[in-house]
Amino acid sequence: MGKNIAIKVENLSKAYQLGQIGTGTISRDLERFWTTKIRGKEDPFLKIGQTNDRTVKGESDIVWSLQDINFEIEQGDAVGIIGRNGAGKSTLLKLLSRVTAPTTGNIKVKGRIASLLEVGTGFHPELTGRENIYLNGAILGMRKKEITRKFDEIVAFSGVERYIDTPVKRYSSGMYVRLAFAVAAHLESEILIVDEVLAVGDAEFQKKCLGKMGEVSKGEGRTVLFVSHNMGAIKELCSNSILLENGLISEIGSTRKIIDSYLTQNNLGLKNLEYLKLDKKVRRGNGEIQFSKITINNGEEFQEPNKKTIIKIQLKKFKEIDQIYFCLQIKNVEGNLVLLDTNLLEVNIANFTNQNLLNFQLQIDANFFRTGIFPMYLWVGKKGGLLGDNYSYDIIDSLMHLNFVSDLGINELGYDFQDPNSYLNLNIKLDYHE
Amino acid sequence: MNLENNKEEHWDLVIEGKTSLFDLKFADIWRYRDLLLMFVKRDFVSFYKQTILGPLWFFIQPIFTTIVFTFVFGNLARISTDGLPQYLFYLAGITAWNYFSDCLTKTSTVFKDNANIFGKVYFPRLIMPLSIVVSNLVRFGVQLVLFVAMMVYFGFQGANFHVTWAIALFPVLVLLMALMGLGLGLIITAMTTKYRDLSFLVTFGVQLLMYGTTVIYPLSAAPERYRKLIELNPMTGIIEAFRYAFLGKGYFTAWSLGYSAIFTAVITMIGIIIFNKTERSFVDTI
Repeated sequence: MGKNIAIKVENLSKAYQLGQIGTGTISRDLERFWTTKIRGKEDPFLKIGQTNDRTVKGESDIVWSLQDINFEIEQGDAVGIIGRNGAGKSTLLKLLSRVTAPTTGNIKVKGRIASLLEVGTGFHPELTGRENIYLNGAILGMRKKEITRKFDEIVAFSGVERYIDTPVKRYSSGMYVRLAFAVAAHLESEILIVDEVLAVGDAEFQKKCLGKMGEVSKGEGRTVLFVSHNMGAIKELCSNSILLENGLISEIGSTRKIIDSYLTQNNLGLKNLEYLKLDKKVRRGNGEIQFSKITINNGEEFQEPNKKTIIKIQLKKFKEIDQIYFCLQIKNVEGNLVLLDTNLLEVNIANFTNQNLLNFQLQIDANFFRTGIFPMYLWVGKKGGLLGDNYSYDIIDSLMHLNFVSDLGINELGYDFQDPNSYLNLNIKLDYHE
Repeated sequence: MNLENNKEEHWDLVIEGKTSLFDLKFADIWRYRDLLLMFVKRDFVSFYKQTILGPLWFFIQPIFTTIVFTFVFGNLARISTDGLPQYLFYLAGITAWNYFSDCLTKTSTVFKDNANIFGKVYFPRLIMPLSIVVSNLVRFGVQLVLFVAMMVYFGFQGANFHVTWAIALFPVLVLLMALMGLGLGLIITAMTTKYRDLSFLVTFGVQLLMYGTTVIYPLSAAPERYRKLIELNPMTGIIEAFRYAFLGKGYFTAWSLGYSAIFTAVITMIGIIIFNKTERSFVDTI
């Protein structure tokens, strides 16, 4: 038996027009019409194709969000799609879910596709939970009798039985999302496409969602495509992954390998940081003291939150300094600060035995970490620090990360994401030096 | 292995950049028919939720418009009503015209109003305008009840009107009004995804068009030199036939209705084709 392909993508490209649409469109449309339809030539506005690199200013106002994508997905496979913001993940999902049409190329599909680019699409606030289940189900492609058959199951999964005949505008946002995901989770499609919808709801429910998706792909043998920034979730759910970079496929393979590539691509994957040259691009500070070596838990790949996490740090001193201040902050994969040590850690280095290479060790009590990858921001400097490069000796930003495997649910960190002042205080202790 | 590869594979769905203009996906629309009814129900329920008068609002608008028209055009301007009771004459025109104009104006903003939902999930896009036409049909039905009630009342008063055999054509007339509104609306909504200017045109354009149609005057009262022009308006044939069917007065021939029917068919076809073409990638430009 040959492979059973569920999705086959061939030479898929999608071009977007940059800049304002509206002014001058009629004349441009006429020009386009003249060259392509009357004279039968190539579209002049598509010719100068460019890869989607936002950092470089392009010459044309057409940008290829996806360019010449080819891949196949086997039936029953759960595939993760990984890439930085703007790599083309969302565009790919939009094309697969037929929200917009490709510029060139095609996608061939076996079976019904259900896509979840958002939970609760088409929910009407005035309608009751019951009415919205029917409406949303129908929008997602279910027949009425199919919804009726699954109705009790959906309500049970959502856990909002009591409010099912209340208009959803009275729901809490959590209940709303629960109900919406419950409908989507009960779609009977051979292929399920999921965009980061799990970033909502409480931890318990997210666990339930992930569990349901795992059940869908492993238990029922349905094909799942999953886009997320959450490497933990992708690792848990997907056996294979596709890495996109600037609209091109940069790698396809096992999830573990792809995540490694992604992290290296983003300079996140270093476990042991050996002496780095003072490269202005990645390091800031005056360089009077520099990080020369950093090791997390002796180089183990994963950290467990219920154990102590030990970070060994070696600094190289270039100038006579007695007192240094140290700070460790934790970011999420998107680069936002999530944990902050509000007090700078004061280290008296005058009594260190080795005065050229300063070795010491930090201990993080991190029992509240969820599964996932957390880039670290390491700072060493003078008192009054963090304010500017004048106070900083050296900064290593997002070159290393903590990789937690935890029993806690996705996104569970024990603080309010919305409130920038509610950083949980990371308990860092200096526990050893030589 | 080789055999497997050589065999022509069957795909349930092929998503491509370019498709035929006439690939209108009617099978898909049929499969999603439950969704259409769901949208109709949603429109209806959300319309009167948290209102005191509820569905009564369906009556209030035509009643007040009729009263105002009777006062302004009937009593002040003294425009002929072909010998029909003024209230009946205007209500007939308003009921029919409202259906057409509601279909047109609501359809003409389909892309703009639903950009969010269209950007997140696929279903045959034509479902949305079709559901608008059907929702308005419900509304039209309710208003028709009002009109018939008025007919009965005026009948007992011994007013001078009579229902004609053309009432048998009533379903055809409704279909023509629906399709005309739908077709024009589809063309406009497809154009407005790129050229927003058109949406400004619609609201007052429909108003002006009403005066170019025989809603507030009978065709027989139109000045001779404008008569041809008014007859060229395809809505004239429909409104006149509607009035002839229910009240027995109106300019109604096979030609006038045939012209409207052909015009409607062409507009609807063009509308659906343009809509389908735009629908495929409007998300990128809206």
